[in-house]
Order: sequence, then C-alpha cells, then structure tokens
Amino acid sequence: MTLLDVQNLKVHFPLKTGGFGKPRESVKAVDGVSFTMAPGETLGLVGESGCGKSTLGRAIVRLVEPTAGSILFEGTDLAKISNKELRAHRRQLQIIFQDPFSSLNPRMTVENIIGEALDIHRLVDGKTARRRRVVELLKDVGLDASYIERYPHEFSGGQRQRIGIARALAVKPRLIICDEPVSALDVSVQAQIINLLQDLQREHGMAYLFIAHDLAVVEHISRRVMVMYLGRVVELAEAKTIIRLPQHPYTQALISAVPEVDPDSKRQRIILPGDVPSPIHPPAGCPFHPRCPVAEARCRTEVPVLREVAPNHLAACHLAGKFTEKAS
Amino acid sequence: MALLEIKHLKLDFGSGANAARAVDDVSFAIAAGETVCLVGESGCGKSVTAQSIARLVPTPPAVYAGGEILLNGRDVLRMSGKELRQIRGRVVSYIFQEPGASLNPVFRVGNQIKESLKLHQPDRATDAEVVRLLKLVGIPAPEARQRNYPFEMSGGMQQRVMIAMALASAPQLLVADEPTTALDVTIQAQILDLLRDLKQRLGMAILLITHNLGIVGDLADRVAVMYAGQIVELAPARDLLRRPLHPYTRALMNSVPKLRGNLERLSAIPGNVPRTGNFPPGCRFAPRCPVARPECSASEPGLVEVEAGRWVRCPYWNESLK
Repeated sequence: MTLLDVQNLKVHFPLKTGGFGKPRESVKAVDGVSFTMAPGETLGLVGESGCGKSTLGRAIVRLVEPTAGSILFEGTDLAKISNKELRAHRRQLQIIFQDPFSSLNPRMTVENIIGEALDIHRLVDGKTARRRRVVELLKDVGLDASYIERYPHEFSGGQRQRIGIARALAVKPRLIICDEPVSALDVSVQAQIINLLQDLQREHGMAYLFIAHDLAVVEHISRRVMVMYLGRVVELAEAKTIIRLPQHPYTQALISAVPEVDPDSKRQRIILPGDVPSPIHPPAGCPFHPRCPVAEARCRTEVPVLREVAPNHLAACHLAGKFTEKAS
Repeated sequence: MALLEIKHLKLDFGSGANAARAVDDVSFAIAAGETVCLVGESGCGKSVTAQSIARLVPTPPAVYAGGEILLNGRDVLRMSGKELRQIRGRVVSYIFQEPGASLNPVFRVGNQIKESLKLHQPDRATDAEVVRLLKLVGIPAPEARQRNYPFEMSGGMQQRVMIAMALASAPQLLVADEPTTALDVTIQAQILDLLRDLKQRLGMAILLITHNLGIVGDLADRVAVMYAGQIVELAPARDLLRRPLHPYTRALMNSVPKLRGNLERLSAIPGNVPRTGNFPPGCRFAPRCPVARPECSASEPGLVEVEAGRWVRCPYWNESLK
C-alpha cells in the first residue's frame, strides 16, 4: 500500500515574461520527480542548496503550486483539487520548518500556537478540552505543561523546534514534511530532536519526508534515501545501500565530502570541480556531466533516465551499475 | 617563541552589575605554521576569542577584564590604534562565515583585493598581482573573474575571493571563523582542500573556528574545545579525536551520527547550551554531564595537564573514562 505517490512532478518558477505575459524563461526548481512513500516510513531527501529539495517538500503540501504532474495522497490527487477541498486533506499533511525562530508567531502564546491548529480543524470542543490537548501535546514533545502561557522568545532553539513539532502533531497527520528540522540547532541539541522525531513516529506511526543536507543524519533516520541534483532525482535506494554502494557519481562525491571525525580514515576524497549550474539553463544531456569525474561523450548529449540498476536501487546515470564497493 | 600566545584572557560584555563574562580565563598558543582549531557551540566564546587577537571586538560593550594576547611577544590589549593598524592584515588576517556579507557589493572583486594590496604592499598593487592571488586560491579564468561583482559569484567563489584578500597582506596567522558553515558539502570540501594546500605552500599559521568536529580531523594540528566561555579540553587533534578525555568532548562526539554508524538511537546531551551571563556554578557542564557528581557544582575545576600536551578541565576525567 502506498501513502503518497508523486508522479512526474514539476515546479517551474517563471522568470522573465515575453510577449502577452507568457513566461520566456523559468527556474526549473523541480523537474519531473517521481517517487512513492509507504505509510509510517521515513524517506530521506538530500541534495545541495538549490537542488529543489525544499521546493519539492512544499509542493507536496501545496505551499507552492506545482506546474505539472500528480501528487496522489491516499488516492486523491492533491495537485488537481480546489483550495477548499485541499483544506480537508491538509490535516493529514503537516510540515516542520528549518528555522524555529521565524516559524512561530512571536505574538502568540504556546497555547495559541498549538491550539490554532486544533481550532482550524475543529478537533476540540471548548476551552478546557483545548487546553488539556495542548498540555498533552507539550508532554509528547518533552516540554513542561507550565510553558503553556509563554511566548516563543522565552525558549531556546531546540525548545522552539519542539513547539513546532507539537503544532504539526496536533492534527494527527499521516505525513510530516521535515524541512531541515535540525540544521539551525546546536550540535548537542540536534540529537535530542532526532530522537524525539523517532520516538513520536514509533508511537503515532506517521511517515516522514526528511529533508536535510547532512548525509549522516539522513542515513541515521531514514529507511530509504533519495538524492536530488538540479531539480531531478539522481538516486533512490535503501539508506544502508546508498551509503555503502552509491551508484551515481554525484552521490559518491557527496558521501566522500562528508567530513569524518575518525583521524585514521583512509578514505579517498572526491573533490568535485566547479559549482552547481544554474537551474534556469541546466546543462544539456546529463545535468551533472560538467562536474562529473567519469563523464563520457554520450553524457553530454543523452539525458539519463532514472532506472533500476539493482533491485530497489534507482539511479539516473548511464554508467550506474558498474560501480562496486571499491569505487565507493 | 610562539607566534600567538593568549594568557588568561577574560572578556565581559557590559560592566558593573550587568557584566556577563563571555570569555573566562582562556589560554592557548599557536606556533608559526601551526593549525589550531577552536571547537564549540553557539555562545561558547570561540568567535569573541578569535576576534580579540586583532582587537576587533568593539569596546564597549566588551570590556577586557584581564589577561594578555601576545602576538610576536607584544600584547595586543596594550597596543595603540596605530600599532593595531600595523598588525591587522600584516600579521593576522580574517575570513568569516558569510563571504557575501563581508564583500562590498558595489565594487569589482579585483579592486577589493587591490585595495588590500595598496594598504599593505603598495608596490605590488597591480592587476598582475591580483590575478596571481586569484589563481592561488583556485579561481578559474582569473583575468576575467577579477572584473566580476560579488553577486556574480557563487558562495564558494566569494569565499575564495575573501581568502585571496586575506592573503594579499601575506599574514603570519590566518583566522578562519566558520569559513565553510554557509557552504554546501561539496563546496566545503573544496575550501578545506584549498586551506590545506595554502598552509603547506605558504607556511602560515591558521586558527580555524568551527562547530564541526569532522573538519578538525581534516586540518588541525591541535584542538581546543570550548564550553560556556572556557576551554574544557586542549590536545593534539589526532589524540583528541581518538580518545577524547573531557565528558563534554565525548558527549559531543557521541551525539553526532556518523556515516555507516549503525546506531539505533543517538546519545543526546540533555538540556540546552547555557547562555552568556547565566553560566551554572562550579563546573559549567555539570548540569548536562552524564557522569557528574554533587561535588562538580560546588567548585570550579581548573584546566590541568593530565598527559603530555593534553589539558582537561575535569578532575574526574580518568574515572569517568572507565
């Protein structure tokens, strides 16, 4: 059974208008992404800034409008329904943001921040029931019930992120998009939030689309991992497999670039030349070929499709399937 | 003689009853050509310590409450404005976290580098020297790139320009304050590679400030770990990473997931990083320490050399290691 089935999703942002208001150029932030998610699973989504990972997450909950493609969530295509219909489905889909300082309204108390979600979806009757539920949610995320009257500025980054999680949890969603939930936190606090997210999943059984740029964090929390580059999925596989036997040269470079604490590591580092190209004019052929250490002639002209290179292991590279343990 | 020697540095923000001590009794030294890493979380005092070396911290609000910062044997804290101008750039140069915020948006990058040359080496302030510096930091097509404005460059390229500008004055010490934090991992790898290469080629000392222990293993000769305004552990980089002695260093290393880690659950450090001015009594890590005892909050432990070259601010480090 699938919870979410995204097919050929595109999000293009128009840039310049030509004659008659028609867009001439556009940023292809998400350019034909397809994947599925099972209920209760954690799918990690990694990539560098500008690869479209956050836009993809936002498009799924329709905080940005998709340009084309479908987003089947429990059988309903979220990309095609009206805003009014969407509201009913939003209860099932929540999002946690990266910056816990800008995602909470500074003029609302914790009770109202969390309670607002309950009000909108009419989940509680009366003030006492509302307060009881907010206290329950605070306890769920490891905060003291006495914090209910406080304002966001009275909390540390980690505590604010817990409030954001409680707000998402309030409506009992089936899927939570976690958009870099620990990147803005102190190192010693990150582990607390990661553990909390795992505990809550075990208890409530929701699925996570976990967006991050830290591969080690993503490997730790996810069952499967999806790697994006310039708006496209370049590799998708089980977390353990993708780290041990990455098939796409970009994934290989990404893994080798993670700074390692172990001073005796004899790992060979792959340093990619250049920067991520512009998503307005992506390179012809494989979008990665200008930086790829193993690119061949056909990579410059033929766009590689995302294909199964091993069971449950997808990669978009002409040469994928030839890389063995040694190459990684 | 060490290039830099910081002795018992104490720095407050505010004065009188409102004084909050951000740096408390910090001492360490950097030899010529050596790379030292200052590691710590937000608010631990690592950036203020680093910025004090060229006295870049505005006073007020900051007040130097004690200690010495000896640069080539002369105390920076006692220097006049004229003397400070002579060490800034020529002896110690800085690069910062956000290259985009450090570059002037309305001047071409080549001219900004030339400005630094004019100030420090007027006879070498030529286009050719600018191109040489841009080539040194690995910018492709430097002749064309020197005519770019900062907004025409990516974050990684901007950071290379910042490094070129810092090198223009041929400093003996380069202070890099979280130079890769705002960059993507593949770009971070490029910049770290560049710093390693420059260190070998130019033989300058580097003080690298970071919160990422992974970077330490890549670059540093020695590491100082800071917590709540104090150094809690100071050791050769390899020794520290192989066998961290202070409970905070160990907890920090264990709380970060590692690639191919195979851990079911991360061992998180409970609580929050204490804020400046609100440090707990006694050992400042005690309220979050997994092996703390009642005595820990009673008196403040000193930084003690427990093995050759290894300093630890925890009297129970040996017992808690078991």
